[in-house]
Amino acid sequence: MSLPVRVGTLLVAFLAVVGGAIFVVIHFFLAGPPVVDYTSGVAPGQAVNVVLQEDPQNQASNHPDWVSYFVQDPKTKQWVHTLVFKVPAGARVNMTILGYDGCTPLRNPFWGKVTGTIGNSATIDGKTVRALDSWKTCSVGHTFSIPSINLNVPMGSPTTVAENNNLCGTSPCTSGPHATMKFSFIAPKTPGSYLVQCRVPCGGGYVTGFGGPMQAIGFMTGQMEVAS
Amino acid sequence: MAADSQATTPDAGRSGPKHGLRIFLVWIVLAIVADLLIGLVLAPHIPPGKMSSSAEDGQQAITVMALMSAPVMVFVLVYFTYALTVWRQRDGDEDDGPPIHGHAGIQTGWIVGTSVIVLALAAFGTVELIDSHGSGGGEGPVPIWKPAATVSLTSWRPGEAIQVQVIGQQWKFTYRYPQFGGFETTQLVIPEGQWVQFNVTSIDVIHSFWAYQLSVKADANPNVNNIAFTKPTQLGQFTVRCAELCGLWHGAMFDYGRVVTVPQFRAWTAATRVFMADVTPMLPAYATTYDPTVIPAFRSGPVMKKLGLVSAGGGYYPPQDPVQP
Repeated sequence: MSLPVRVGTLLVAFLAVVGGAIFVVIHFFLAGPPVVDYTSGVAPGQAVNVVLQEDPQNQASNHPDWVSYFVQDPKTKQWVHTLVFKVPAGARVNMTILGYDGCTPLRNPFWGKVTGTIGNSATIDGKTVRALDSWKTCSVGHTFSIPSINLNVPMGSPTTVAENNNLCGTSPCTSGPHATMKFSFIAPKTPGSYLVQCRVPCGGGYVTGFGGPMQAIGFMTGQMEVAS
Repeated sequence: MAADSQATTPDAGRSGPKHGLRIFLVWIVLAIVADLLIGLVLAPHIPPGKMSSSAEDGQQAITVMALMSAPVMVFVLVYFTYALTVWRQRDGDEDDGPPIHGHAGIQTGWIVGTSVIVLALAAFGTVELIDSHGSGGGEGPVPIWKPAATVSLTSWRPGEAIQVQVIGQQWKFTYRYPQFGGFETTQLVIPEGQWVQFNVTSIDVIHSFWAYQLSVKADANPNVNNIAFTKPTQLGQFTVRCAELCGLWHGAMFDYGRVVTVPQFRAWTAATRVFMADVTPMLPAYATTYDPTVIPAFRSGPVMKKLGLVSAGGGYYPPQDPVQP
């Protein structure tokens, strides 16, 4: 084999390895779930209406038995498998969350308390609540929590045995027993990414219920991106 | 040692100047300067500051360590520099160096000196730990060094240690105040000039409670009550971080605590007690540790029992669903 061929082969092999490494980094490490944008077309001072649902499973990923949030695209009204959404800084955010998943006790019942919303309250199917007892009553499916702004809202769930045995089986859910949560809060004035997490141990089968979907961005953990 | 050996060894080329004396004089001057700089300039700025008794003790201990170790470090540097400068090989010098002989006095002095330093530091460290009631470190469920103060779990009077339970959970610390009705909150507020007893535990994985400016650090282990003491001495804000890698959002597990006056503390506890009144009855009875894998039967409602949801352990699905990674 001549020297130019050897050098060419070495060069090609080197580029292949570098290209493969770049692909792995971009495809597996830098890729994240989609961001649903609630900022476009919103005038300063105008409220945004964010709509989510949490499902007992999802068919939109390679983990169909993981619980997951979905976010509704404000333009297409299509459900997007993610828990990353963008809101304007300082805007009033009106949240509507459809709770299709069944009830589960919180590891710490303290997170049954509604904090950080306007009025420190929320509504479940129109009824105002300030705290839910997830140990005593079948009432809490998950929580919607943004710790850095002290926001914590226990998510309502179907409440009866029959409902909990007939939960929505196809996600994103469009029918089936569910609870509708509504609450509002003021988005931070400082732009940035704010961690969103659930505090119910819904990573079933994982250590303390906080593995799997609880530590996978786009499932039960995500980010609220605050845009300037 | 080599310098002194050489200083006492007759050697035509190198025994002229008194190397040992030179090195000693340079060292003593620089060591004094270094200790003066440490003691007068650096010491007041050594972290973690003076926000609490344990922080002051920590700063004092670090200062003492620095004052004692600086002369040692200066000696090494002076000797190293002197040797490189004075005893370097000259052009055309092909001779071996002079033989080095033992020196009983220097050897004995070295052993005695270093032993005294190490033993003195051990004694100093032990006294500091005892004197400061653990110096802000977790002492386990049965602390040996604790402040002599009557402790009631149902009430508090100035002079008694404030009980603050620190509950680690992915990914937030919450704080429970048993002496004020047992409310739980995400805010850490403590009064100035009062002993505080942190009862640190976890309800999931291992965390570590680190109140940086207070110089309090205690591991938060599930089913363990790890007790640490401190007495805040300055008003203001301090940082709380988790110091144990505890999952994806470990980096987000931080918050800020406040040291306030006793009247402000009383007002805060009264207001928080009211604000948390609707969730406090839902909490388990105050205990030093909690086991979420078992919900007491009387706390489970009929629907929860029928659904078999009598645990908050997180293992509700069959073992094969989902498959463990």
